[in-house]
Amino acid sequence: MRCGDFKETYLQDEAIFQSLPVKFFLSLFFLFLLIFPFVANAYLLYMANMIGFAVIGAVGLNLLTGFTGQISLGHSAFIGVGAYTSAILITRYGFSFWVSLPIAGLVSALAGMIIGLPSFRVKGLYLCIATLASQFIFEFIFVHWESMTNGITGIHIPPPQIGSFKFATEKDFYWITLFFAILAVGYARNLVRSRMGRAFVAIRDRDLSAEIIGINLLHYKLSSFAISSFYAGITGALWMSFLKVVTPEHFPFILSIQFLAMVIIGGMGSVLGSIFGAVFMTIVPEFLGYVTTVVKMQAPGYEQLFIPMKEVVFGGLIIVFLIFEPHGLAEIWNRVKSVFRLWPFSY
Amino acid sequence: MLLEILSKHRFFKAEIFILFSRSSTIDIIIQIIVSGLAAGGVYGLIALGLVLIYKATSVLNLAMGEFMTVGAFICLTILTQFQAPFYVAFIFTLLFAFVLGVVVERVILRPLIGKPIISVIMVTIGLGVVLRGLMYMIWTPVYRNFPDIFPPKPLNLGFAIVPSGLLWGFIFAVIGTLIFLSIFKFSRTGVAMRATANDQQAAQSMGINVRWVFALAWSFGAMASVIGGIVIGNLSGISVYMGDIGLRVLAVIILGGLDSIGGAILGGFIIGVLENLAGFYIDPLVGGGIKNVAPFFILVLILVFRPHGLFGKKTIERV
Repeated sequence: MRCGDFKETYLQDEAIFQSLPVKFFLSLFFLFLLIFPFVANAYLLYMANMIGFAVIGAVGLNLLTGFTGQISLGHSAFIGVGAYTSAILITRYGFSFWVSLPIAGLVSALAGMIIGLPSFRVKGLYLCIATLASQFIFEFIFVHWESMTNGITGIHIPPPQIGSFKFATEKDFYWITLFFAILAVGYARNLVRSRMGRAFVAIRDRDLSAEIIGINLLHYKLSSFAISSFYAGITGALWMSFLKVVTPEHFPFILSIQFLAMVIIGGMGSVLGSIFGAVFMTIVPEFLGYVTTVVKMQAPGYEQLFIPMKEVVFGGLIIVFLIFEPHGLAEIWNRVKSVFRLWPFSY
Repeated sequence: MLLEILSKHRFFKAEIFILFSRSSTIDIIIQIIVSGLAAGGVYGLIALGLVLIYKATSVLNLAMGEFMTVGAFICLTILTQFQAPFYVAFIFTLLFAFVLGVVVERVILRPLIGKPIISVIMVTIGLGVVLRGLMYMIWTPVYRNFPDIFPPKPLNLGFAIVPSGLLWGFIFAVIGTLIFLSIFKFSRTGVAMRATANDQQAAQSMGINVRWVFALAWSFGAMASVIGGIVIGNLSGISVYMGDIGLRVLAVIILGGLDSIGGAILGGFIIGVLENLAGFYIDPLVGGGIKNVAPFFILVLILVFRPHGLFGKKTIERV
């Protein structure tokens, strides 16, 4: 029975896998992820893919918002930039999907850095408004730069392929999503315990003090914007090549809010939290959709009431979590864990 | 947009046609500027609501657009369902806004006092999303027109014609602004609000009920925005998605300075005119829609070159 903190070195404290049980359960989880596509049906695989994209996007936004403390209301615009870059490169210039993916990330990162530049001059409220403006400006560009983006008709994207093997079905695409999701989470988890990650947290906690102890604010803020937008670009490129079509309607303002909601509900400043948030926020709307169909069967005519339910629940969850559980699902998870770990002497 | 609005009133078409057919470019520009000014009055009013809330409580309310829409819907419902005269509907809508403001402040914002800025901003966004969803449930996303509540005669200034909707909207906006300004300037409540905005602790030690001031600021803000909502609803009809205007108004308050009431009003006029001019000159180049985005372009420019706006306090921390 371990009821306390027995770490003796910083190395132990920083370890990603804190103890043997964690390693054990994580390997079980990975095993499950590997077996999953062979037992699940197309619908579950579709959901798994969506969760994967959400995880990548949410982890990216959490690096910016949760760790660096810079609010971004324009995440969906960066996802759009990545998606369009990849789509245009593939269809117009004949790039392979695998080459277009990192380029999409880089272009998004560049866009993010440009939007992040004002963060050197303004912060807090003003930054939030600046990113909000960029969201609408990018949306406008997606619709009106018709020679590049095809306007509202959008661009059709062929499925990615290796040799002659096409990743056309949900099951095939699952492997791509899984690979990139693990890569993204692994990188983020390692980043936050590096020098850069600690600099991010220092900037979030008190930017003036951070500058005084020698953290170059502009450099780290821009890095944070760039990394976060890179994640967004990758998310966009993967997501749209999964859906096989990209249109401006995929990147509304509400999507930015959804990603922020994932970060907040999952837990700001916790990589694990964004995974929880992403899973949670992808499953809840599906569940509500299910409820809507049930209501439609049982009480026809009332299903109209349930269509906007998704938004009400989203907004409500954001409010409730901010007021009652500001550290999100990650904190709840920790509490539950420690109840088991410390039982029966939890003091 | 002007022609769009005008063409809704069938009997003006002939008049407008005459005006436009014999008018030079200058006349058209003057016409655009005048209607921009009229629209700017409404922007100014909504911006005033935002500034009132920001000054007193340092919260930027991103749910303002939804406040506005919900007010317009309530007014419309009272007008059409109960066949009430306009002034009754108007008073009830104001009462509703008052209650809405107090409840929102008490239930949602007060627990977050002293929390990081992102929480406060996110909670207003969450509130906006909830309100929008609820409106969608209650009123369905159908586009609705207001009944004619203002006399439909346009005002001919000699050099330009102001259509009745814009004219009355402008009058309402100006009267509303003046009332709020005078409350803020001369009444005891207003002095208490200014004192709180200036220094919360000092105000508290002078016996000002800061909690009540917070609640009051929110309800004043909500009231200003529902007046704006009713005016805009009158001009162009209402739908659930009218709330997007609330985000465009952010450009107004950034231009005017976040904490300047005069700046909000002047900013409203400037943005209204610029938006209309952009619609006239740039729309043909990019294929429409610039009018709704123009405020955001202006917003970015202001943030880059003069982040505290025209009249805002220069206290932005540049870190």
